[in-house]
Amino acid sequence: MVKITVDGKVLEVDENNNLLEEVLSQGEDLPYFCWHPSMGSVGSCRQCAVIEYANDEDERGRLNMACMTSPREGGRYSIEKAGQFRAQAIESIMINHPHDCPVCEEGGECHLQDMTVMSGHTYRRYEGKKKTHTNQYLGPFINHEMNRCITCYRCVRYYNDYAGGTDFGPQASHDNTYFGRWQEGPLESEFSGNLAEVCPTGVFTDKPFGKQYVRKWDLQTAPSICTGCSVGCNTNPGERYGTLRRVVNRFNDEVNGYFLCDRGRFGTGYVNSDERITVSMTRASSDADPHLASPDEAMSQLHVMAVDAIGIGSPRASMEANFALRDLVGKDNFYAGVSANDLAMGQQILDIYRNRPVNVASIKVIEGSDAVIVLGEDVTNTAARIALALRQSVKNLGKKMARDMKLPDWHDAAVRQLTMDRKSPLFILSPHATRLDDVAANVHISSAEESARIGFAIANAIDSSAPAVKGLSKEEKSLVDTMADALKNAQQPLVVCGTGSFSPALIDAAANIATALQDGDKKANLAMVVPEANSLGLALLMNGSDQSLDQAMSLVADGDAKSAVVLENDLYRRAPADAVDSFVNALDNLAVLDSTQTRTGEAANLVIAAGTFAESSGTFINYEARAQHFYSVFKPKDSIRASVKWLSDQKLSEITAACASSITDCGGMANLTPGEDFNVAGMKVPRQQHRYSGRTAMRADINVHEPKQEQDEDGILSYSMEGVPATRDATVFNTAWSGGWNSNQSVFKFQSHTGGALKQASHGQCLIENNSKTKTWNEIEKDNAPEGDFAVFPLYHLFGSEELTARTPAIQEKATSAYIALNGDDAQKLGLQASDGVALEHNGSVPFIIRSSIKPGTVGVPVGLEGVNFRNLPDGIALEKASSWTAPEKWHAANIIASDRASSEGEA
Amino acid sequence: MATDKPLTKNIEEGRAPFNFKKYTAAGGYESVHKVVKMEPTDAVELVKNAGLGGRGGAGFNTGLKWSFVPPPDGGPRYLVINADEMEPGTFKDRLLIENDPHLLIEGMITTCFALQSNCGYIFLRGEYTDCEERLLKAIKEAYDNGMLGKNVAGKKGFDLDIYLHTSAGRYICGEETALLNALEGKRANPRAKPPFPQVSGLWGRPTVVNNVETICNIPGIVTHGVEWYQALGKGDYVGTRISGVSGRVNKPGCWEVPVGITFRELLEDYAGGMQDGYELKAFLPGGGSTDFLIPEHLDLPMDPGLVQKAGSRLGTSLIMVLDDKTCPVGCIRNLIKFFAHESCGWCTPCRDGLPWVEHILNNMEEGKGSLKDIEILDEMTRYMGPGNTFCALAPGAVEPLQSGLKYFMGEFEAHINHGCSYN
Repeated sequence: MVKITVDGKVLEVDENNNLLEEVLSQGEDLPYFCWHPSMGSVGSCRQCAVIEYANDEDERGRLNMACMTSPREGGRYSIEKAGQFRAQAIESIMINHPHDCPVCEEGGECHLQDMTVMSGHTYRRYEGKKKTHTNQYLGPFINHEMNRCITCYRCVRYYNDYAGGTDFGPQASHDNTYFGRWQEGPLESEFSGNLAEVCPTGVFTDKPFGKQYVRKWDLQTAPSICTGCSVGCNTNPGERYGTLRRVVNRFNDEVNGYFLCDRGRFGTGYVNSDERITVSMTRASSDADPHLASPDEAMSQLHVMAVDAIGIGSPRASMEANFALRDLVGKDNFYAGVSANDLAMGQQILDIYRNRPVNVASIKVIEGSDAVIVLGEDVTNTAARIALALRQSVKNLGKKMARDMKLPDWHDAAVRQLTMDRKSPLFILSPHATRLDDVAANVHISSAEESARIGFAIANAIDSSAPAVKGLSKEEKSLVDTMADALKNAQQPLVVCGTGSFSPALIDAAANIATALQDGDKKANLAMVVPEANSLGLALLMNGSDQSLDQAMSLVADGDAKSAVVLENDLYRRAPADAVDSFVNALDNLAVLDSTQTRTGEAANLVIAAGTFAESSGTFINYEARAQHFYSVFKPKDSIRASVKWLSDQKLSEITAACASSITDCGGMANLTPGEDFNVAGMKVPRQQHRYSGRTAMRADINVHEPKQEQDEDGILSYSMEGVPATRDATVFNTAWSGGWNSNQSVFKFQSHTGGALKQASHGQCLIENNSKTKTWNEIEKDNAPEGDFAVFPLYHLFGSEELTARTPAIQEKATSAYIALNGDDAQKLGLQASDGVALEHNGSVPFIIRSSIKPGTVGVPVGLEGVNFRNLPDGIALEKASSWTAPEKWHAANIIASDRASSEGEA
Repeated sequence: MATDKPLTKNIEEGRAPFNFKKYTAAGGYESVHKVVKMEPTDAVELVKNAGLGGRGGAGFNTGLKWSFVPPPDGGPRYLVINADEMEPGTFKDRLLIENDPHLLIEGMITTCFALQSNCGYIFLRGEYTDCEERLLKAIKEAYDNGMLGKNVAGKKGFDLDIYLHTSAGRYICGEETALLNALEGKRANPRAKPPFPQVSGLWGRPTVVNNVETICNIPGIVTHGVEWYQALGKGDYVGTRISGVSGRVNKPGCWEVPVGITFRELLEDYAGGMQDGYELKAFLPGGGSTDFLIPEHLDLPMDPGLVQKAGSRLGTSLIMVLDDKTCPVGCIRNLIKFFAHESCGWCTPCRDGLPWVEHILNNMEEGKGSLKDIEILDEMTRYMGPGNTFCALAPGAVEPLQSGLKYFMGEFEAHINHGCSYN
């Protein structure tokens, strides 16, 4: 730390950070554009100018950019004295800006507006014509309006330098610099949505939001958790007039930081979908006509039915909803709602987290890792935010090189220049090329079984007490040694695996590697990806019980249960279709609580209108066993209620507390909110901003009487604009806003240090504490070689594989219906021409694509896409050319972005 | 006796450049044979002591610049020749390359030995196609004769490759860090310094970027020694340099002159004075991005320090003459138009400030200016001043304007009232 003087104020600051970051951290206002806490400094926009004085006598000083200045002991600086220059910089930046704030989506939360006002520049002197640009179509997510650009280069620094995008960049030069794609077309990056938040003005905006636009201050918002995958990114969804308008990032330094993936940001359109179940329906039997059930009727029918029903939980429902169902039907009658294998893998992961000498890795820890091995998990498509974090991890070698040269970390362009293509090692074992291959030191194409063998061998090479593997080839041996050495020599090695390959052996292999890396106090980091927002929570909730969907099905098949209550779960995605058919047919009563209609719901005789995440509160447990509370964003119409409200008449906090006290390791769930008595100045915390407009007018066309304020009996937030925004207690940090800082940049005002943790933690609570230093091992299990000509492996799609987000129009534009992916030689052997289909055992016919990385004799089949039920397929299948075949309408080969695609293939 | 024109001794108007054989016969490649018998660090020290200033415009001591390169660490290190001669009114490197390409190659070899580098690049202005052709030929000859490739000049372990890269063409590529970016295939935006290229340059490795003329001085210095070199200058000044004149003079061109002659000597003795009917109104002493000087400065020696005191920069030392029949506002407008177009677009004041200035000057030329515009122009020269921008492009670009406002305010005011009265 060093002492500096800024405009006479003595500040103590960290000399390893740049001056801009430091003065912002001290609460000063200093405008900036190109700098970003996650991306460091490049010094292009010249907005954060300060005067730096050489010594005490110096009165003139020198103009410097704060973002490019290391504070020095005794340094004297002035923000004020550089004010004229900053105003001039704004004036020239605005020469070509269209000043279209009233019709711009960014207006009201525009960093450019804020900085312009802050700079003091008011009067336009430039009298010439403005430049205009042609805009591009960039896909369904991002709108492009280049005329608003102020050329701060943040977009390209984020999209290319940070997120690894390659289809976008700066073009032309001087005042004609243009940011876009080489040609019109959808942005390829899975993280393109962050452009809308990174861009300081309205060049890149949220396109789906633009179609149902309201100003930031007119949104009712609440702190929420993304349900798109098991990472649990913190989000801030906004609603108006009963529709969910958009999702923006909510900062959490340990989980998502500043960035979301596009599934999370753009995948919530299903909340407003026509397919929503808005009223409960009932019928005497599954072939009778359904009729409307009032909420009271639905409630009483459900509770009558539940008396002798089994309950089937869900990995996409909250802990509280699952627990309430478990309570309603009785612990012994509660089944997990996932297959036996899926449940076992969840419990296997919990066992590893609890008992192996490992650290469970948060996103922040992943970003800090200096050697990584990924075993069979296509994280870009199953837990995308982890992929973005892994892209940062490979930069740690460069940061170290910079430190060795006394070059500060934040000097972004210089660090990248020094590093060039040198990277911290990232090893990937996968049956196909992945989107992270471009930053990987080594990509080994292998099946889950082969990868598991190699994984076991790596563990053994690191620690010879780990079980050995016989019969490795010479190449495999050298690969094993390379990876083992790199992991062993790393300061913070990381192992990433998960359930994506459906392979318990692979999970064991990952656990063994992480275990082998433990050395005294040094523990390896381990991240195990699970499929859904609450998959690990459901595994915890089973509390050691192995009651899976398979067991529920045999129970019903044996006639030992006649009624079932299914919570937010489409069983057809969990098991082979014929098995689910027999299950539902054997039941006398089937109640389904869900927010959208599913095939399971169609078979039910009681369908109950459940709220989505946006209309519910509760707890999700992410892949690290981190419990995070989410608050409902808005109150749905009366016929829709959160599942937990249908299942129980207890207060949410009581259910949370009961769950916390009765389920092993869930104690931390009880401390996620500041408690229901929390208030600020005697009032609950408002969901609506103090600038929320039209409160008395927005329903005037229906009734001039203003309705009574909606009550939220569960939480500390109110559905109101009355009260004090929760700025003091970050556990309920809602929309970021601070005087003069109307954009999302204002979040630094709530951080203990700019870019760091919020002043009061909202990290959630990691439930599993593990102090184990005992190495235990799993032995390698021999998997039987799959039968059939082609070994099947799963393919995941960020857009389409997840059930609910796939019902969102914008996501559908980026998705495709099912297909298979195979090697070109195999396609030739099967006699396939570009427009042919392939007949798949146990499924219809599907189109195909050729991917050169895929090994002959293996075939990739997508999970969750329309047209194939992955659960129907055995491990090995036969393929043949389909006769008389036309490609389905939803087949969009161009939406499959993979570096190993052949140019001519089965595109319709 | 050693020559007193080490840069141009092989150059004769109308004659093809020397091939390897003739060049060697004329004493060429002597410095290579000499330097390989030295310790590399001694060679750096020798050049430092010679007092050779960089000829790209900044004038920094060349040997000192070399000495900032960290000791070898086993990885590659580079010499990059800045032959992207795009400064308006500057055409000296072209003379050297077109007429004596082996001199540059010899200089590079000697320099690379001193820097312990095995790789040199020449970044050549794309339009210099004759230079390209002659350099390629000379490089091939050097390879064929053992001066490039493995064990250069028979020195065991001294391997050297030289690559010629022709620029796709931007003024900013003359800025050494933007040049490195362009050479790497990136956008030609400058880099922040520190880190300096000597530490983290081309592909993140230690790199020295030198101007063509600078490196052409090296063979003479190494062959004939410091004393000889220092005696070449006038009075206390050391060495020779290529200076030149463009504009309405009797004999425009460039010549090797002793360092330290006055502007008057250059203008009158070398360039033959102004053409009949034209009077000297002002001149830009070293390229389009330097401040105007006026006739009262003619007796200044062409010395960076003295020129700076007079309010300008010596720059490339190729002066552009402004006569009394050419509109100074139009002249400045043309220069600003060039610089506004050549701004790389990286930093705000340059990218958005220069086009604004251009817009105002266009208006003035059409008689649509106002007094307020003069205020803005004046303000703009300080807004884009040194330190306010990312690199030196914009501060250089506004130098003719700021000095123009100083010397020709009357002309600016006349433009506001009547538009341009020159034809």
